[in-house]
Amino acid sequence: MASIDLTELTITKTLTLLEERKISSVELVEETFRQIKKVDPKVKAFLHLNEEKAIEEAKKADELREKGVKGRLLGIPISIKDNICIKGLPTTCASKILENFIAPYDATVIKKLKAEGAIFIGKTNLDEFAMGSSTENSAFFPTHNPWDLERVPGGSSGGSAAAVASRMGLGSLGSDTGGSIRQPAAFCGVVGFKPTYGRVSRFGLVAFASSLDQIGPFGVNVEDTALLLQIISGHDPKDSTSAPFEVPDYIEFIKDNEKTSYKIGLPKEYFEGSTDKEITQIIEDLINKLKKKHTIKEISLPHTEYAVATYYIIAPAEASSNLARYDGVKYGFRAEAKNLIEMYKKSRAFGFGKEVKRRIMLGTYALSAGYYDAFYLKASKVRTLITQDFLKAFKEVDLILTPVTPTPPFKIGEKISDPLQMYLSDIFTIPVNLAGVPGISLPIGLTSNNLPIGLQIIGPHFKDELVLSLAYQIEKEVNTKFIPPVVKNS
Amino acid sequence: MAISLEEVLKIAHLCRLEFAEEEAKKFSEELSNILDYFKKLQTLDTEEIPPTFHAVKLKTPFREDEVQSFLDIDDILKNAPELKENMIVVPKVVKAP
Repeated sequence: MASIDLTELTITKTLTLLEERKISSVELVEETFRQIKKVDPKVKAFLHLNEEKAIEEAKKADELREKGVKGRLLGIPISIKDNICIKGLPTTCASKILENFIAPYDATVIKKLKAEGAIFIGKTNLDEFAMGSSTENSAFFPTHNPWDLERVPGGSSGGSAAAVASRMGLGSLGSDTGGSIRQPAAFCGVVGFKPTYGRVSRFGLVAFASSLDQIGPFGVNVEDTALLLQIISGHDPKDSTSAPFEVPDYIEFIKDNEKTSYKIGLPKEYFEGSTDKEITQIIEDLINKLKKKHTIKEISLPHTEYAVATYYIIAPAEASSNLARYDGVKYGFRAEAKNLIEMYKKSRAFGFGKEVKRRIMLGTYALSAGYYDAFYLKASKVRTLITQDFLKAFKEVDLILTPVTPTPPFKIGEKISDPLQMYLSDIFTIPVNLAGVPGISLPIGLTSNNLPIGLQIIGPHFKDELVLSLAYQIEKEVNTKFIPPVVKNS
Repeated sequence: MAISLEEVLKIAHLCRLEFAEEEAKKFSEELSNILDYFKKLQTLDTEEIPPTFHAVKLKTPFREDEVQSFLDIDDILKNAPELKENMIVVPKVVKAP
């Protein structure tokens, strides 16, 4: 048996190696845990590891393969963000209030992955209840960026992005409410996709802001990401917001459209202002190359500047309602108290971290009598304007290109004491959630400090395949493997 | 837009949280800053604009109301802070007559 070089692997390549018996799933999973033991003490991407069971599952996968069973992920190790339920494993949401919670059932996406033979290696770190942009709001510990351990991996799915970048598992699932897949993907140099709202069932995802939350995949390349999306997509009777539409064959689509030229819009609002010069330069260079094949035109999304304020009213309002369930009664942390009200208050005061409390307070305020019209209703109307911006733009162009973040990954501690500054770091990803359209983050270059830079591609509702198709083309153009130093030096 | 300490405590009660005074003071500052930023929205005329509560407008039909068995009741109960037989124990909510 050849030794396994994790940096050479993608999911599709690995499936071929497994099929040809060049490697076994047990060897692959064992190598993955060796990598975790080497790298994760520095990166800290995982909250829980599932080693024993994963190796057991790998043995089963190898046996099934011998019997001729095929699975689109048979024997492939992947990680899952710790706000998605896997039966029998902890689901903590990186919160003290769920520290001892063991999921009693599988999320629909987990059921689908299991049916294809995926192996779950562990649960990844996040900002508590997915609220944050740096993974510093985890109640347990922050995750470090594999490209520079003093920097944040982004958030809230920072653990998933850092794990995939560090080759600890071949893919991951995260959730994206305001950029929580795309921003960490950009910061860690991996591909991260937020599907159209309604494309993927959220049954078994711990709710944060229900009109915005969406589960999506991380991969080391576009094809892997498309494959994961293919498997988790589709209508689910257990999530009434999942769309009852046919799911196209994403892999076939991106391969059939390798040469298709698209009409691409560059929204001027995303390119003026204070975006980091190196980011702008890398994107401009790329756009110049794309001009040879595609039609590029400037467009306008005039309400972009209102998106952050809109989001930070709507998301906390929904969160304040969703998180009311953590009351210390049926599950989760319960504080000793004399009466019921005191039990609620003490359990929640101890169990929730600072940012979660801040958002519950903000949301409660925005929904409270006398303020509802001025805040929540106002924001919901501005949301209509932001959505209309996208609908109008997609009458002129097929797809939209933007930066993912206004800056490269920032230092741990740099923004944590200023919530508003932290909120503003999501300025380019938030409008996509408000409109419910699909968006991908694709690594396209490195800064002079050797930090990855992401490109965001946004598409119309339920045209997820168009987004993947252009990403697939650009990935070929960029033609770079993004391997962080922590992996190279290990 | 300033939000007073008193208001912070009132909201905290509404959402069943509690804060030490220092913490509440800090919150009143932070929340005031954030609310100031929200003022941006007031500059937009939205008189004629309908609100959006769902990102994607879909007709999502109700599914048939069929009973399905859930076999892992013990796994749910295991997560309860305090159990007596198959019931979850909570502090007393009614006063003795």
